[in-house]
Amino acid sequence: MPLLALIFYVLAIVTIASAVMVVTSRNPVHAVLFLILTFFNATGLFLLMGAEFLAMILLIIYVGAIAVLFLFVVMMLNINLVMLRQGFTSYLPLGGLIIIVLLTELIMVIGLGDIDLNIAAKATSPIPYHVPNAEAIGRVIYTQYVLAFHAAGIILLVSMIGAIVLTLRQRTDVKRQSIDKQNLLLSEEVVELVEVTRSKGV
Amino acid sequence: MGFIDTYIIPGAIVLAQLLSIVLPLLIAIAYLTFFERKVIGAIQLRKGPSLVGPFGLLQPFADVLKLMSKETIIPSGANKIIFILAPMITFILSLVSWAVIPFDEGMVLANINLGLLYLLAISSLNVYGVIISGWASNSKYAFLGALRSTAQMISYEISIGLVIITVLICAGSMNLTKIVEAQKNVWFIIPMLPMFLIFFISALAETNRAPFDLPEGESELVAGYFVEYSSIGFAFFFIGEYANMILMSAITSILFLGGWLPPLDIVPFKWIPNLVWFVLKIFLVLFVFLWVRATFPRYRYDQLMRLGWKVFLPISMLWVIITASVKIMFFK
Repeated sequence: MPLLALIFYVLAIVTIASAVMVVTSRNPVHAVLFLILTFFNATGLFLLMGAEFLAMILLIIYVGAIAVLFLFVVMMLNINLVMLRQGFTSYLPLGGLIIIVLLTELIMVIGLGDIDLNIAAKATSPIPYHVPNAEAIGRVIYTQYVLAFHAAGIILLVSMIGAIVLTLRQRTDVKRQSIDKQNLLLSEEVVELVEVTRSKGV
Repeated sequence: MGFIDTYIIPGAIVLAQLLSIVLPLLIAIAYLTFFERKVIGAIQLRKGPSLVGPFGLLQPFADVLKLMSKETIIPSGANKIIFILAPMITFILSLVSWAVIPFDEGMVLANINLGLLYLLAISSLNVYGVIISGWASNSKYAFLGALRSTAQMISYEISIGLVIITVLICAGSMNLTKIVEAQKNVWFIIPMLPMFLIFFISALAETNRAPFDLPEGESELVAGYFVEYSSIGFAFFFIGEYANMILMSAITSILFLGGWLPPLDIVPFKWIPNLVWFVLKIFLVLFVFLWVRATFPRYRYDQLMRLGWKVFLPISMLWVIITASVKIMFFK
């Protein structure tokens, strides 16, 4: 299938190029936009692999929600990149060290053959063709990995509550409408019909 | 020969199918603007457009010609590439969703298994056209409009997602064709009327239509995120908004009104072709869109957020749980 290969290479090249641009672009908003492009192309790669469900979920959650909030925050912040780059040389040794460690890890993992690149073809329980993608994932998540799945959900819930607790402040100086009170008001209590005499006013 | 057989001919067929969806859609959008002005005119005891052509029928084309002949202005402070990209994104995304909409049994461009998720994904991408245009215009009105619009669209997407989940539980599939076929006995609007209402109201908010048209609140923001756009850029946003309206009506009729199915499977209804039923249902929902616009005043922003997060979200979550329980209890 030369067409599929062509699509794969286009998607892969754009993914890598935009990932590079995320790191190198001068404008932080451009960086986030390139990040979104990276996600988008990753979606395409997932689709090529036949993982439709993962592709759509990636699109809905990462591109449609998380990246939007990211973009929101970056647009609101006044980021000065020149200031950010001032400490470049002092951070260089540490950053370089991390890069070298990660690179060696990658090389070892792939080079030593711990990861089989054709794992999808050799999977012990491949997805049967007549089962839809979403159902196949559901079957595994809700049986074999149900505890891990629930744990992940609880962690998310805790972090959500934590974020709310950290940022919530009770402000007393703001006049806020209580909707219940507003709905319980009767029109006779708040509205008065006035008979206005001409050229005199109320 | 092999190359022509495997690529050129299927490609040409797909292209023809695309055109047969997009061209009627564009004409429908043009006439939706006309329909809107006529309906609102009638509600407000006016005539609406009546001068160009018989009954004003050529008015949309006059408007399009006028828009195209205007000068394209790019503000000097704008981020040019992104500024030009934003209307294109909006326009393209508003057309892309139609790929999975089934117009009749088998009359669908891409009958994919995850049609519902695809629609949700595309509608969550719609935010980008708005937020990017607001940022790239480098104008405070556009930016404020974009921020409002983004927050609104994200909030209401959640309740739309939950409503879609209830439909999905009832139908047992994410394939739109199968969802329509699941409504052969009873349309989903009857067992799930509250969900239908929530979906419709969320669709109003999602498409930034009145009474949730805060992003373009004329009195405070001039026109919202597309203030700085003129000519074709403006036209793209406009077309995108109306295409999304039609799309949301189509999704509403697929999810709740039985798609292309006739109301009753008996003779006088069966004489009318399925496609006509589908179009009629879209038309009905669109009319309600316009009716609402002419009837209700605009929401205040905090009321809008309250409605989305404190009313719709709990109700639709509860409904998901109830639907799932009922299905497990009685239809297992």
